[in-house]
This record gives sequence, structure tokens and C-alpha cells, in this order.
Amino acid sequence: MDFKPAKLILKSGEIFSGINFGSSEPKIGELIFNTAMTGYQEIITDLSYTDQLICFTYPQIGNTGVNKEDLESMTGGCSGIVIKELSKIESNWRKDNDLSSFLKEKNISGIANIDTRKLTRILRDKGSQISAIVPEEYSKKQIEALFDSFDGIKGKDLAREVSTKESYIWKEPSYRKETKKNLYKVVAYDFGVKHNILRLLVDRGCEVLVVPAETSAEDVMKENPDGIFLSNGPGDPEPCKYAISAIKKLIEINIPIFGICLGHQLLGLALNLKTKKMKFGHHGANHPVQNILDNTVSITSQNHGFTISEESLNDDVIVTHRSLFDKSIQGISSKDGRVFSFQGHPEASPGPKDIQNLFDQFINNMHSQNV
Amino acid sequence: MPKRNDLNSILIIGAGPIVIGQACEFDYSGVQACKALREEGFRVILVNSNPATIMTDPELADSTYIEPINWKTLKKIIEIENPDAILPTMGGQTGLNAALDLDKFGVLKEYDVELIGATKEAIDKAEDREKFAEAIAKIGLFTPKAGLAHNLKEATEIRKQVGFPCIIRPNFTMGGTGSGIAYNTEEFEEICERGLDLSPTTELYIDQYLSGWKEYEMEVVRDKSDNCIIICSIENFDPMGVHTGDSITVAPAQTLTDKEYQHMRDASMAILREIGVETGGSNVQFAINPENGDMVVIEMNPRVSRSSALASKATGFPIAKIAAKLAVGFTLDELENDISEDGIPASFEPTIDYVVTKIPRFNFEKFAGASNKLTSQMKSVGEVMAIGSTFKESFQKAIRGLEIDKSGLDRFEKKVNKSSLRAGIISPTPDRIYYVAEALRMDYSIEELHTMSGIDPWFLKELKEIVDFEKNISHKDFLDNKEEFYKAKKMGFSDRKISLIRNEKEDDIRKVRKNLKINPVFKRVDTCAAEFKTSTAYMYSTYQDECESNPTSNKKVMVLGGGPNRIGQGIEFDYCCVHAAQALKENGFETIMVNCNPETVSTDYDTSDRLYFEPITLEDVLEIIEIENPDGLIIQYGGQTPLKLANDLEKFNVSIFGTSPDQIDLSEDRARFLKFVKRNNLTQPPNGMASNKEEAIEIGNEIGYPLVVRPSYVLGGRAMEVVYGADDLVNYLAEAFQVNDSNPVLLDKFLDVAIEFDVEAISDGSKILICGILQHIEQAGVHSGDSACSIPPYNITTDIENKIKNEVIKVIKNMDIIGLVNVQIAYVNDTLYLLEVNPRASRTIPFVSKALGMPLAKIAARVMAGISLEEQNILNIPELKFFNVKEAVMPFEKFQNVDPILGPEMRSTGEVMGIGKTFEEAFEKAEIAAGVIIPEAGSAFISVRDIDKQFLKEIAKDLTESNFSLVGTKGTVRALNELGFQARQINKVLEGRPHIIDLMKNSEITLVINTTEGRESIKDSASIRRTALEEKICCTTTIQGAVAICKVIRNQLDWSVQRLQDIH
Repeated sequence: MDFKPAKLILKSGEIFSGINFGSSEPKIGELIFNTAMTGYQEIITDLSYTDQLICFTYPQIGNTGVNKEDLESMTGGCSGIVIKELSKIESNWRKDNDLSSFLKEKNISGIANIDTRKLTRILRDKGSQISAIVPEEYSKKQIEALFDSFDGIKGKDLAREVSTKESYIWKEPSYRKETKKNLYKVVAYDFGVKHNILRLLVDRGCEVLVVPAETSAEDVMKENPDGIFLSNGPGDPEPCKYAISAIKKLIEINIPIFGICLGHQLLGLALNLKTKKMKFGHHGANHPVQNILDNTVSITSQNHGFTISEESLNDDVIVTHRSLFDKSIQGISSKDGRVFSFQGHPEASPGPKDIQNLFDQFINNMHSQNV
Repeated sequence: MPKRNDLNSILIIGAGPIVIGQACEFDYSGVQACKALREEGFRVILVNSNPATIMTDPELADSTYIEPINWKTLKKIIEIENPDAILPTMGGQTGLNAALDLDKFGVLKEYDVELIGATKEAIDKAEDREKFAEAIAKIGLFTPKAGLAHNLKEATEIRKQVGFPCIIRPNFTMGGTGSGIAYNTEEFEEICERGLDLSPTTELYIDQYLSGWKEYEMEVVRDKSDNCIIICSIENFDPMGVHTGDSITVAPAQTLTDKEYQHMRDASMAILREIGVETGGSNVQFAINPENGDMVVIEMNPRVSRSSALASKATGFPIAKIAAKLAVGFTLDELENDISEDGIPASFEPTIDYVVTKIPRFNFEKFAGASNKLTSQMKSVGEVMAIGSTFKESFQKAIRGLEIDKSGLDRFEKKVNKSSLRAGIISPTPDRIYYVAEALRMDYSIEELHTMSGIDPWFLKELKEIVDFEKNISHKDFLDNKEEFYKAKKMGFSDRKISLIRNEKEDDIRKVRKNLKINPVFKRVDTCAAEFKTSTAYMYSTYQDECESNPTSNKKVMVLGGGPNRIGQGIEFDYCCVHAAQALKENGFETIMVNCNPETVSTDYDTSDRLYFEPITLEDVLEIIEIENPDGLIIQYGGQTPLKLANDLEKFNVSIFGTSPDQIDLSEDRARFLKFVKRNNLTQPPNGMASNKEEAIEIGNEIGYPLVVRPSYVLGGRAMEVVYGADDLVNYLAEAFQVNDSNPVLLDKFLDVAIEFDVEAISDGSKILICGILQHIEQAGVHSGDSACSIPPYNITTDIENKIKNEVIKVIKNMDIIGLVNVQIAYVNDTLYLLEVNPRASRTIPFVSKALGMPLAKIAARVMAGISLEEQNILNIPELKFFNVKEAVMPFEKFQNVDPILGPEMRSTGEVMGIGKTFEEAFEKAEIAAGVIIPEAGSAFISVRDIDKQFLKEIAKDLTESNFSLVGTKGTVRALNELGFQARQINKVLEGRPHIIDLMKNSEITLVINTTEGRESIKDSASIRRTALEEKICCTTTIQGAVAICKVIRNQLDWSVQRLQDIH
């Protein structure tokens, strides 16, 4: 493989030199770091990373190549990745492709040979940065134009962009699991949904209808669902007014609702809470979250740059989980528990499955509703 | 749920002496446990027989017992101390076994003591393979096809189901002792027979051998609220079949996708829950079929282990400390991760942003006749760990940290032919990586090498990148090409390796690199991949952009550690380094530690102010000095590893504390030392140096036999030997090595039956403090590291003692010594002979410190930093109220076909200490602690060489008066008869049957006294010693050892235990 020199340019001024792999297109996005040591394929294909560049803190990426089962979306998620070293070989019995070729197919640009620890320390201290991966020869003017073309994620409704345009039924269970009989009908709002969420719902006997982000509450209820799922997704939750108003209506209908990540933030907004942008967010697979009702601690997968603000809490909402890293709100619920959500990623993929019982909780809610 | 209030005092069981499979990682964990529990206000009682441990420093526990670790001794301690609980999970298999015995013999119940950290049921379930297999099946996981046999017949039945190849492991043995892989019936029966003998329960496990499967380990911690976290995953470079302690291992796992990793993570936690490990750390081992991902569980240890020490060092997460706190009731979220700032709790999973490689260190060269093939039985004696930004960098750093005279994937001296190359790749040995590298140079494909070795293609490709880059390095313009040079450094090529590839001098390479401004940076280990800030200075070097070392401008001292454990250089030196750091920290120095041994206390990030986890090579050390600019270096505490750098460091104008490199050189350089001896009218055994066979024979005749012979440049295993005549000498010269001008042989008169002494002293330049005279039990000719010794001396007059003192003072006065010095002296025929002067920390410093109740290494470290003995108020040495005996522990049972005879080549791995009111009591305790079972009655077989017959009367009297019957070979029986003792005569092996081996195998002999000399007769009698080892018959190969053992037999005391804090 012949790699061309490339640069990573941060809005704050730092420039890193490296080599390009994957797509060779210049890319701009919000640069964040992710501390997970495994699961680069799932991370890269997670739509929540739309318009973002991901710096992997783990230095050797691509060791196991890419396979067909571990995709989290069909399109690819982030705009680019920043790594220390790209593996020159793929070693795994499930591999179908190498990482660089896969990124090329998905039009994701990569830059390697970067001091990713130095970069991470900058992001930790200064916060996430708008950054660009460009070819070495890119001129100052071209770079300026690229930076002018992107004004960040705050205030941006990206969920609408990445959501499915048509409704569809998801049938695939988890890898090496058998399909169960459909016991519940779930309508899943797609704000950029990770496939593993849908797989876990299927594993638990749900018929899952995935609907576009802008589907109205009325259209959803026409399907006669047992429960509503609000998916993860990219961008700022606040501009998604259509979704917030739909969720408000659904809350009033008294149907079980479960939200994850962006879905959690949207549920919060629908419950009259507020959200705010974090300094560098949570992106990793080692985050301890405490269930403050029973004190148990789970290690969770996390990927979010916005959070529900502490000051906006009201009496209608119970805080169920908090991060043990920074005490930020990780889970909320209505008083009766029928409506609840989680900020991290109980579906894991990548990451620990410690808190997958939240899916069971959702199933239980639908079950009691039916009884 | 904070800590338990119902517990006040806790007994911690240590791991005993360093043996293969159980090294200083348990000192590290024990120290952490002591500190953690005392921090929480518990009264800590500690027992360990190993004096060279930091954990037995009297200030670490409230009550410290240096006593044998067995249930009977523990019972005595429990009687006195009345602890509420016992924490058995910090002392390796020894700790667990002792705890199980306490339960079995009703001691726990009798004294109402609780086991914390692991319950009896959990230990049983994890250790008993049948129960373990059942438990694993219950949670839907798999173990390899297997069965349990109690005899050969059952074993054969099971083998039929399991098939070949199969792996056989005796139950309840440590480090996989006695296990092996059988490919045919003959091998199978041989391994089974040995295994049945070794297993304390006479049980064997016979498992399906997962040839070529990938091997992984997970380090898991669980608290009583069922919070479970993974600290680290480890992937073995070598596929299944090589004991994980003997495998090159890498953290974190490199070739698992997240789905597979999480599957393994879930399985690990399910296993801890099913086995019932409620609080603390465990490790779980898995094998994965590389064809389809099928996973089986190999084993789990419900305690901290060698791997958990590695995982702690690899991540910065202190597993033992946390495990100790969990054992007393804390939950993970209540504990803080103190390496990072921002109040992060311990209930998270460390994430790392570098790659860690561990490579084991072997000592096969010291065991003539032992095969260096790696199997499921552990044989390595130590290990190094290296941290790098990539696998390539950490792998090459680890190799150069090993101290095996390799600076990377070095080439073989001779050209390797095709068949030995193939064999070298297929068969796992410590040299396999060099064969693989050679094959890569010859363009073998990754696919081919993977098929042959079973090593994952990912690792092979990494090695290929290293090997391929050698071509770039040898390019004529390489040194002018900064980009290429930088690339080489990023891949972990040392200056020395580059110099070897280019056939230039290391120093020149270094100059070019410095001119090109290519320097390493230092990054921090912080458990969190920089997500949170850290103020802990735990660092590694790498070639990247940003340096995070942030050195201070404080007054500082840098201590160079000892590198990997190996025979001759073990935990004693780490003990000294830790003490240097502690002492100088107390005296206001900022302390900087450099070392690469993950098992040690020195590499704990809170032992020193700053820790550099780096190989101890000139290049690596100089880079740290350049950054830190310390006021002085201590190089005399880490054994040969840092000492070897002395002269080079001085060339770079590095300031060295204490005795100067010039004086160290004076003591090490034979020619200079000879002149010194002459000039000062000291007496040495007659000696000479020969550069060919004829010269050697001539000198031999001149000095007279017996002679101690050795090459002048003693490389690791090159044997030192005693020769008894010209024939012996010729054989030695022919077998051992090539003698020539550049490699002469040294010949010393062997002082047979001389008594040998080690004298430890401290000098501050004006005052000399003689700290202790250690009398060896075994006579001169047995390496001082393998000889038992006693302080105070047990059978010499004060007159001789004073003579020794005066002689030592004379030596020290005539050298320029600041700090510790060890002087070895032999005494025979009313003459003192000076054998050696070692102006550095010696192996016995911790032992003597424990005996005196004085931290000698600390005192000397202060002396080296310029604080005189007087300023320290150290004026004299206290009177000893007890006898203290050190005994060496030998690893012979791990090496088949090796003659377990003591000689001039050191082969012990560790040591124990016995403290007693009399010499006999101290000696007996030391023997018991070393695992020797001294018989109370039975038959003693005696076969001694002529010169030793002068001691026969004494021995025979002690034995017969203790109701022993005597058995001997012809000559010895005649001698016994002449002395008036009855003795049964038995054939030597070569004299026909029935012979002595038959008696031994029929359990008719309980004690073997066998001294011998000369190559031929040593060879002829080897089977006696080997049989004694295998049949676990008490056996001594020196006459003084025999005398001491017979004294013990005669006295048969019911000894008491001594609390260290009460002795001094």
C-alpha cells in the first residue's frame, strides 16, 4: 500500500502530520477522542458520529480487519478517523475486508502516524475541536474554505439527515442467536439507530418497525405498538423540535417509552428538561455508571457530546443513573417508570454488556401494560 | 457499604521462597495488602519465610514472623496473635494451600478465624479440576475434554476418550510442575508416572491438547456487591502448549474483535460468580480456536497472581491493594483510583494507549542436561515487561531488557541450516523468535510460519516489519536520513541494534542520532488513556511528539534496578533498590527508579517519586539521565545489571554515588585485584591464568589439585567447576569451551573442607562498620548463593572471628569504598584466604538486615549520599540474641535429568530464613521452610568421599543414638565398622543389583548423605541424588550439611515462633 502524506489541522491551531488511508477526500468535522480498546468497526459505523472525526486512543487499529456482522449502520458513520498505527495485516476468522479499503468504500478518511496521546491531551484540555484531515499539499486557502464550510455540531439537527427515509421492519437477531416469536410490537424512531439496538429488541421477541425521525405521534400510534423506542443519533437534540413534540404526545398517551443516547436527551427535552454541550463528551467503553436507586455500578459504553443539564431537573423526573466519572446524569425516568431512558449505550457494540437489562426493563414495561 | 467493623486483626500469608512459578510478584502483592489494610486501621500479622522481601520489613506489619509456612507453624502464630481473619490470596499457591490445611486440620474452627478474600469452597472449586469443569459446564461454557485419574489404569481409560495429543497435569502442584504433553503411549506413561508421584493427592488430569489454539488471560476484580471489572486482557504470543509463565504475552489482547472480547469478558465474570470469588482479584485463562472462534476455559486462579502483577504494572491499576480492601468489605465505587486525579473511582475499567510486552527470562544454561523446550510446566525464572507505543517498539524494548546480550531480533552467530531452522520454528524454545526472524529474512511467508509455529499472523507480520526494516537501516545513506532514522527508533530499534546491523560502533550511532536531534519522549501510564489528568510520574519512553516527563529541579537521586529475576540475581537486589529509594526519600531527595521487572516492589508507582519502566541498558538509562539530570546515581544495588554500566556511565560524566566505578573495576578485574592483593600482603588461594591446554596443565601441576576452574569472562551459564586431577582438567577444557588468548581460563587452588565466610560491611570513608560474619554451612566450593549460612557463626572461636574482622578491615581500608561491601573469606589450616571483594549490595544484605534488625541497605544508601555513619548515629552493631540461618532453595525438580548436586555454579532460585534460640533450632526451621523434610527415624544411607570420613564418627553417633540404622557403600561401611558402628552394605549402581536405588524406591531409606568428587564419580552417583529428589528423600551432598542435619535429628526440638518486632 502506498500512503500519501496528510495533515490533521485543529481549529485551535495545532497541526499534525501523518499519512492518509481510507478515502483521500479532505474531511472536516468535530474531533473527539474515544478510549475503547476494541470495536473500531462498530464505532466507525455508528451514525451518532456523523460529522465527527474520531481519534482512537488505542494505538494499533485495524488488527482484526472488518467483517459483515459487526456493522452498526449500512452507510458508515463518522467523517474520518485519526490513529497512531494502521495494521498491515488482518487476523481474525471473521474478517472480510481490511480497514483501509472499507473506509474507502464508505468514503471515510483516515490519518495515521499521529501522536494520538498528545492530541487527546489537547482535546481534554481545550475541549472537542473542529478539525480537518487534508492532503499534505492542501493550500492555506483551501483549508480556510474547508473550515468556513463547517460551523460545528451545536444547533445542528443531524438526526433528520441520517434517519431512514422509509419505514422498514428489522428482523435480524444478534450474532449466533436464534429468532424468537414476536411478542411485542415496537416502533423505533430512527435518529441514526445502531443496528445492535434493533438486534437486541429482536432477541427479546419484538417485532421492530423502524420509522423516520419525523414520523408524527399519530402515525406511530396507527401501528398500534406496545412500546416506543427512541434511538441514539448524532448532533444537537435541541433543534429536533418535530421529535420533541411527537414524544410529548406519546408520553401523554401513556405508552412505554425507552430512549438511548440522543433518544434519552430528546425524552428529557420532552419532559421539559434542558440539554447542553459537554467539553469533550464521553466516548469510550469503560465508563462506570451507578444506578442510584440500588447503588449497583455498571461499566458502560458511552458516546455523547451533549448531556441533560443538572439545573433543569424538575419534580416529574427521577434521575436513575449517574456517571461515576463526572456525576453527570446518565438515566432518567418518569415517576411511574413507564417512560425511561439512558445516556450511555446499553446495547454495547462495542463495549461491555453490563447494563443490557435496561432492554428487559422495557420489555417488562410493555408486558405490564398489556396485562 | 464501607469496611467491616467486626474485624480487627488480619493474618496475611506470604508465598515463601522464590521458586520457579512463584517469584517476587507475591512480595509486591503482600506489601500492597499490608499497606492497604493498615491504612484502614487493621492490625496486620504477617508470616513469610523469605527474608529478602519488603513485606517482612518490621515496619510493614504490626507483627511479623519469618517462619516456615505450614499449618503447624501458622497454628502457633494464631495461638499467640489470635487474628480475626486470614487473607490467603496474596501468597500464591503457598498461601492458598496453607489456608486449606488450616481448615482441614480444624485450626480455623478451633480459633474461630475466618478466611477472607476467598472461601474454602471457592478455592476448592477453582483448584479441583473436576469441580471446576462441572462449574464451567453449569454456566454453559466449555472446558477441554478431560478426565481425572488416580492411577495409570484410569489414566489410560481417559486417554482413550481424550485422544492424542493430550496434556497431563498432576493435581495441586504449583507452576504446572510435572505436567507435560504426550503424543504417544510411551510419553504418556512416563508423564503419568511422574505426575502421580508429584501430586499431593495422587491425582492426574488428562486433557485434550489444544494445539495451535490462541491463549488469552483476563484479570478480573469483583466486590461483594457483585460489581465486576476487567483490569486487563492479555494475549499470548505463543499458542497453547507453552505455560503462560513461559510465554511471551502482550497486553491488551490484539487480535480479538469487540464481539469476541466481550464474550470473553462476560464469561470471565460468570466464572467468578459461579466459583464464588466474592471479593478480590482472579485471573481466568481461555483458549480460542483460530479457525472458528470456539472458546474453552482453561483455568482460573482465585487469588492475585503473576499475571495480576503484570496487569497492575501494565495498566497502573493496583490489583492487590484494591483486592485487599475489597476483602474487608469495601465496594469498588467506594475506593479511589489514585493514579489519576479528578476523583475517579476504582470501579471502572482501565484503558491503555500503548502496548505492553512481557518476555520470560530463562536459565537453562545453568542446568546441564536440561532441554530448553517449553512445555506446560513453567521453567522461566523471571521476566521483563516493556511499554511502547506499538507492539514492535515494546517487543524490541523487552528483548533488550532481558539481559541476554541481545539488542533486538539478533542473528545467530553461525549460519542456521534449513533443518535446524525448521526445528527452531516448530518447537517452542526461548530462541524461537530468533529462528522466526531468521526465516523472515529468508523470505518465508507469514502463512508458512503460522502453519509451522501456530503464532498468530498478526504477530508474525509485526516481526516481519521489524526484520524488513533492517534493510533500510543497512542502507548506506541511512545515517543521513533523519526520517528513516526516526522511523527505526519508532519501531524500537536500539542504537546498539542499529550499530550491529551497520557494523559500526554504538557510540557513533548515538552521536549521529543526537546530531539529528532524534530523542525519545516520555509518556505517562495513567489507567485512562489521558482522559483524566494524572500527577503520578509513572513513565515509559517512546518516539513520539510530546514529552510528559516534566522533571523537577529538586535534589534528586536515581536508582537503577536489577532487571529480570534470574538465578544469581533475584529479589534481594530489588529489596536493596527499594530501600535506597525509601531511605533517600526520607532524607529529602526526590527518588527516581528505573527498572523493567513487573514482578517487583521497585516498579510499584508509589515506591519512588518517579518511576521509569525501562530496560537497564546504557542507551535507555542515558536518555532518562538527560531528561532528569539527577544529582547522583545508585548503581551498586541492582546486582550485575546496573554495575555493568558503571564505566560507560562514568564516560558520560554521570555522577555516581558511593564507591566509584574505578574501585568496582579494581575488584572485578582479576589482574588489578591480584596486584592489589600482593601490594597489601593479603593471602589468596594460589592461582593462575592459562591461555592453552598445556599452560593449564602446567599451572595445575604447580598449584596442585583440586582446582576451581572457570573462564575469565563468565557469561551467564559458563560453568565453574572443581577438578580433581589432570584428566578432569583436560576433560573440562575440552567440553566447557575453547581456551585461547582472548578467552583464558582461570585456575584457583580449591580449598577443600575450608570453612567459608561472607562478611557484610559498610564504610563511609572514615568509619568501617562490620555488620555481620556469616558462616557457611557447606564448605568452600559450594557457591555462596547455594550454601546455607548462619549469623552469628555457629562453631568458630571468637579469636578466629576477630581475625576475620581485622582482615576485612584491612581490605576495606586499602580500597576506596563508600557504602556496602561484601568480602568472602575461607578459613582452613589456621589460615584466612581472601576469595572476593564485592563493593556493592550483596545477596545476603536483606538476610543480615533482618537478623540484626538494622536496615543496612538504607544506612549505606545514606552513606553513599554523603551522610556519614556518625551523622546517622550508627555507631555499632547490636549483640545477636538469636541464631539466624539462611537456606537456599533449589529448582531441580523442574528440570528433568539434572544432577541435584551443589557446586561452584549457583543454581538456587530463592532463600528462606530460620530464627532460633540455638543453631540447631534455626537450622531446622530453615530446612523446613525450604521444603526439606528431615526424617525422625529410619535408615540413613551414607556414602562419603575419603576426605569427609573424618566426620563419619560424629554423624554416625548422632544417627545411631536417634535410632537410625546405617546403610552404606563398601568403603563407607568399612570406615563405619572401624569406628565401631554397625552398617548394612549395599551395592553402588554399577556394582549390580539390588543396589541403593532399589532400596530408595522401596522406601527403605529415609536419609541420604552422599558426598563425592571428580567428574566420573559424580556422574556415577547422580542417579542416587536424582532418585532422592524424586522420592522426596531428605538428601545432602555436603559433609557439613550432613553434620548439621544430624544435629537436628538428634535434638528434635519443639521450637517456638519469634515475632520479629520482639527480637530487636
